[in-house]
Amino acid sequence: MDFTATLVTGTGFWNPIIWILAFLITFIVAYLIWRSGVSTYQKGTEQVKPYLSGNAEPDKNAVHIRGGNLYWGFTEGLKGYYSRLIPLHTGDLNDYMLWYFGVVIAVFALVVIFL
Amino acid sequence: MSQYAALLLAIPLIAAFAMPLFGLIGKKIRNSWAILTMLATVAAALILVWEVLTQGTIIYAFGAVDPSLTIPFDSGGVPIRILFVIDAMSAFMILTAAIMMFAATLYSISSESEQTGQDGYYALLFLLMAGIFGMVSTGDLFNFFVFLEINSLAGAALAAYRIKGGVAVEGGLKYAFISTVSGLFFLIAVGMLYGQYNSLNIAYIASVIDFTGLSLVAVVLMIVSLAMKSGSVPMHFWTPDTYSSAPSSITALLIVSSMASLYAIFRIAFSLFGLTMNVVTVGWVIIILGILSMFIGVSMALPQKDVKRLMAYHSVSQIGYMLVGLGVGLAVLGDQQMLAQFGVVAMEGGIFHIINYALYKGLLFLIAGAVIYRCGTANLNELGGLGHSMKWTMGFFIIAALAIAGIPPFNGFASKLMIYESVFVFNPFIAVIAMVVSIMTLASFVKVFHSMFMGPKLPQYETVKEVPMPMLIGMGLLAVLIILFGLFPDLVVNTLVEPAALALIDRSGYITSVMGGI
Repeated sequence: MDFTATLVTGTGFWNPIIWILAFLITFIVAYLIWRSGVSTYQKGTEQVKPYLSGNAEPDKNAVHIRGGNLYWGFTEGLKGYYSRLIPLHTGDLNDYMLWYFGVVIAVFALVVIFL
Repeated sequence: MSQYAALLLAIPLIAAFAMPLFGLIGKKIRNSWAILTMLATVAAALILVWEVLTQGTIIYAFGAVDPSLTIPFDSGGVPIRILFVIDAMSAFMILTAAIMMFAATLYSISSESEQTGQDGYYALLFLLMAGIFGMVSTGDLFNFFVFLEINSLAGAALAAYRIKGGVAVEGGLKYAFISTVSGLFFLIAVGMLYGQYNSLNIAYIASVIDFTGLSLVAVVLMIVSLAMKSGSVPMHFWTPDTYSSAPSSITALLIVSSMASLYAIFRIAFSLFGLTMNVVTVGWVIIILGILSMFIGVSMALPQKDVKRLMAYHSVSQIGYMLVGLGVGLAVLGDQQMLAQFGVVAMEGGIFHIINYALYKGLLFLIAGAVIYRCGTANLNELGGLGHSMKWTMGFFIIAALAIAGIPPFNGFASKLMIYESVFVFNPFIAVIAMVVSIMTLASFVKVFHSMFMGPKLPQYETVKEVPMPMLIGMGLLAVLIILFGLFPDLVVNTLVEPAALALIDRSGYITSVMGGI
């Protein structure tokens, strides 16, 4: 058993051990550069509190950005696509069966045409 | 002759029917019985897989004087017994199912500890596993249908088990309905083959098959029915309904169940029909189903607000990768040059993705279950800040999310790389779609990560703590395997995946393993 062997994919290759070594070296170099900087962080002081231009910190629930707010722009940009796709998911078993029979007929037609 | 093939079925079946008796004695005895059964089944599965990988295909004829005696002396040369044919592809599926069984059972011990009706829960869980093991081991079409039904009925009952104000019952009912319809049409297709060839044995039918009009109808019915059971677009609509309403440990096993249906598509396409049918057309049908599944699955996942529905749509998307990989292999099956150039790698990528997908998707559903277990909601708009209190769960989530998005060095990257590169040679357009889908998958899981784990510690989850140890062990096992499969992909491919792909391609070898045992 060769634990360091390279996975050959026909047109390329992948060796995670070499990748991890390269990642580790990059990480160590980045860490050394970061460590050589000036440390101004002081734990337990005013520094650790959120600064909101002098305003009081809002309620935690008001600060957290909810899942429903993410990718709003993406779905809005593809509104035409989603306005057709989402209504297809009716939750109705009759529709599920119609899709099944539709696919059976379509595949049957394809297989007969390209026999 | 190895008896582990029989034990693989006998242990979970006996344990399932004995479960209510142990439940009468006491909770601890029942749980111990469940763990003991799980360990015994997993041990039998691992030994069986080891035997197949070291000795080759294992044939087990139930009821024969010698289990390797596939054709009785007075049967006219036709194998008639219940027959298990476990080649490297079946062994691969058995290993996948065994790993998931281990993790899901252990997880259930804690996640279901406060629930009622645990005797029935574990009995159905082991029936579900017996069905899955039977589906991937049998060499007989009718037995496959029987195991499909066992698996479907147990799966539907488990999906509906926690009722949840009727939502889970609806999910279970939908699963039961689509499973019954797909099983029914599969049975009609089996009848069409039986009427022509007087046998239900896959190897025997493969040895005499003549691709008639009736065979054409049979192959279409079989592939489309099993595609619906595995959750392929556009027959995927049941997956978010069922996966989101079932207990999370059961959803992880329903994933394996859909993989068993996917296995059956490939067994029928490669081993039963093979080059007797137009493999290019059927291969392209599977590829088209795969492309639709990949893209529509991920685009439906992005706007979801329920974490389990989101993950269910990702399941649909991931199935697309496997369909594309093996579809490409099937499409070039008749061209030895293309098969050697990229077809085998595409198949290996698709098969490798089956176990990778089961590991990370199973883990993701267990994580969703852990969050619901502690917070009581799956709504991403209500969750947040759990990274402060559920650090292990968050760590497991990061591993699983990076794996499903195909980020190196996790296991999903290796199998996706094999699919991208081989499919690119076949048709660059498909490879580009697969890569875009991976980016969208990463975006989707960044959303889940932020919604569940990031942000300040919310007051309503102030008392939330990490889940109990058995749940962590179940999730941890899958996380460790994701890392190991990612770190040593070549070892996994050479040991498990390549033999499985070659077993699928070697149709004559499959036939000889059964018909040569007179």
